[in-house]
Amino acid sequence: MSNVTLSIEKLSKQYRLGEIGTGTLSHDLNRLWAKLRGKEDPYSLVGQVNDRSIQSKSEYVWALKDIDFKVQKGEVLGIIGKNGAGKSTLLKLISRVTAPTQGSIKAKGRIASLLEVGTGMHPEMTARENIYLNGAILGMKRNEITEKFDEIVEFAGCAMYIDTPVKRYSSGMRVRLGFAVAAFLEPEILIVDEVLAVGDAEFQKKAIGKMKEVSRGGGRTVLFVSHNMGSIRTLCTRAIVLDQGMQVFDGTPDESINYYLTSNKVDMTQHLADRTDRGGNGKLVFTEVKMLNNLGGLTQEIISGDKAQFVISYKTNGPILSNRFLLGVTFWDKNENRVLGYSSDEMGMEFNEFNSTGEFILDIPSLAIRGGLYDIKLVATEGGTQAEHMLDNISNAFTLTILPGDFWSVGQPNRSNNMVLLDGMIHHV
Amino acid sequence: MKENWDLVIKPHKGLLDVDLKELWDYRDLLFMFVKRDIVTVYKQTVLGPLWFIVQPVLTMLMFMVVFGTIAKIEVGTVPPPLFYLAGIIIWTYFSDCFIQTSDTFTTNANIFGKVYFPRLIMPLSKVVSGLVKFFIQLVLFLIVYLYYGFSLGSVPFQFSLIWLLPILVILMAGLGLGFGLIFSAMTTKYRDLKFLLQFGVQLLMYATPVIYPASNLPDGTLKQLMFYNPLSHIVESFKRIFLGEGMLTVEGLIYASVVTFAVLILGILIFNRTERSFVDTV
Repeated sequence: MSNVTLSIEKLSKQYRLGEIGTGTLSHDLNRLWAKLRGKEDPYSLVGQVNDRSIQSKSEYVWALKDIDFKVQKGEVLGIIGKNGAGKSTLLKLISRVTAPTQGSIKAKGRIASLLEVGTGMHPEMTARENIYLNGAILGMKRNEITEKFDEIVEFAGCAMYIDTPVKRYSSGMRVRLGFAVAAFLEPEILIVDEVLAVGDAEFQKKAIGKMKEVSRGGGRTVLFVSHNMGSIRTLCTRAIVLDQGMQVFDGTPDESINYYLTSNKVDMTQHLADRTDRGGNGKLVFTEVKMLNNLGGLTQEIISGDKAQFVISYKTNGPILSNRFLLGVTFWDKNENRVLGYSSDEMGMEFNEFNSTGEFILDIPSLAIRGGLYDIKLVATEGGTQAEHMLDNISNAFTLTILPGDFWSVGQPNRSNNMVLLDGMIHHV
Repeated sequence: MKENWDLVIKPHKGLLDVDLKELWDYRDLLFMFVKRDIVTVYKQTVLGPLWFIVQPVLTMLMFMVVFGTIAKIEVGTVPPPLFYLAGIIIWTYFSDCFIQTSDTFTTNANIFGKVYFPRLIMPLSKVVSGLVKFFIQLVLFLIVYLYYGFSLGSVPFQFSLIWLLPILVILMAGLGLGFGLIFSAMTTKYRDLKFLLQFGVQLLMYATPVIYPASNLPDGTLKQLMFYNPLSHIVESFKRIFLGEGMLTVEGLIYASVVTFAVLILGILIFNRTERSFVDTV
């Protein structure tokens, strides 16, 4: 017997667009009529690709189309995709909330999802009653819950309020309670969907710890959906990329993230030759900027702490005094703060002779600045920053997105209150 | 290579493919839902579970005034409070089962949309919590019954028929559940039925000998029609056990059982088809 615990075969899900109402009955009758004659469902042929941006021609849409993958025991599979790519639909099908239109899902063992924690909790009932109710909804047996009751209460940190109705709880506490119950389920296949976004920091830590414990220690399978590439990279062993309901990539987390970040924009290169909002005398003109990520892919998005390479192309209109040449590359955040700068003179750099065209390459081994949008300003001078020495000067030469990462590789997204992340270590002596 | 999958999810499944083992595995959930239904009804109320009793008593008083004093409907030789109360509690059980299960999908869309468990657990739990309520009301009825028994010197209780009682309760539950399942499945797509249901149950009560004895009807088409209604046989038999008056025929009960069975099967069938993808249409 193989180690495959979950097998998704040619899975498709069709949705109807627009309002359900008029036409429902007639479509139902059409379907029935086709079925009676032994024909295929007439509406399964007409669905179209799930692309939100274009006006639809058909009334039906494929939210998922021909998804096909297998997950081994102990694997942590990350599912990456833009909003509306079909990630949640896929998880809904696997957790049996709704049925597929075509294809099949085969699984070994219990599937539990943390799609939404605290499902079915009744506000009028006490935490104790709700733990039993919620546990039962998730498929636990009564004695199973009784066995783990103390642990659940401890994990949720609500021992004091155990006989208080849940309606008196804060929303954060309710989430804790819900997650605590779900965490003590022992499913063979666990589905986690962005739940980590809720709850305070201390609780997030507990939750991630639990997830890692489940996947590593227990040899169980986890399906993990997140928009945080850092978490995907540290927690997952494999990742797939969904786009418009189709599975477009399957590989290691790094490869999948690279695919996802480099494939979804048409032109990653910033062309500067035609820009007029620039200073300088034009003896040297920046023509384009592009960014390459750790795998050498062209991109405009990079995970905080990753290696980045900027390739800055230029052309010259006359001789350049290379011994007096100076290049400045500065990073500005959206509040116009200068976050980071590289100046060739400060770095003691000497330039070769200039040809009519050429490239500067800036290598940053770890671009560990906090998540957000950054603009790059390029400056080239010949001998000083005064106007008469300025060759070219262009703001917003390139806009890059830094995605929150997981700098310390602990499975926890970095907080947003730090400007920069520097390598370091705390020792307790 | 042959794999042993524990779970295979396919677009379609058999018509009557009810996984009884799975239902049994989820019995603790059924119990928790029943507990939730019962417990949350009287949280933060002064009278608490007494509310289960207040309702039939007030209804009984209203019926006595409207149908007894004003409309002067004959109820036979039994004391009117007993007659009305008997009709009310058996009818309430049916209408509770029916109405409570008929909105299974619409009221639980939220929870069904997030987590899987056998959907049939939900309507079944309504039937069981209705049963708890029914027993509480039956106790009330017996108290009133004994009071009249002592003041009249004897009660018309038919001891030889007591074995019929659980059968009648099961038939009522089955009919209520079956109709409820059919409606619950249809209302997910066609909300129109929700409006029909409200007064439909009320009209049905008048078509069933709840507030009048079946013997009041003149022989003829009307009486014939009433006996096509399976509920008539159940209500009349129930009254017969306690009050000694009421139509009770073997054919009638067999007819009621057959209809109940058919409605239940049809209900499960339709419910089964709907539960798999109702999340998309609700």
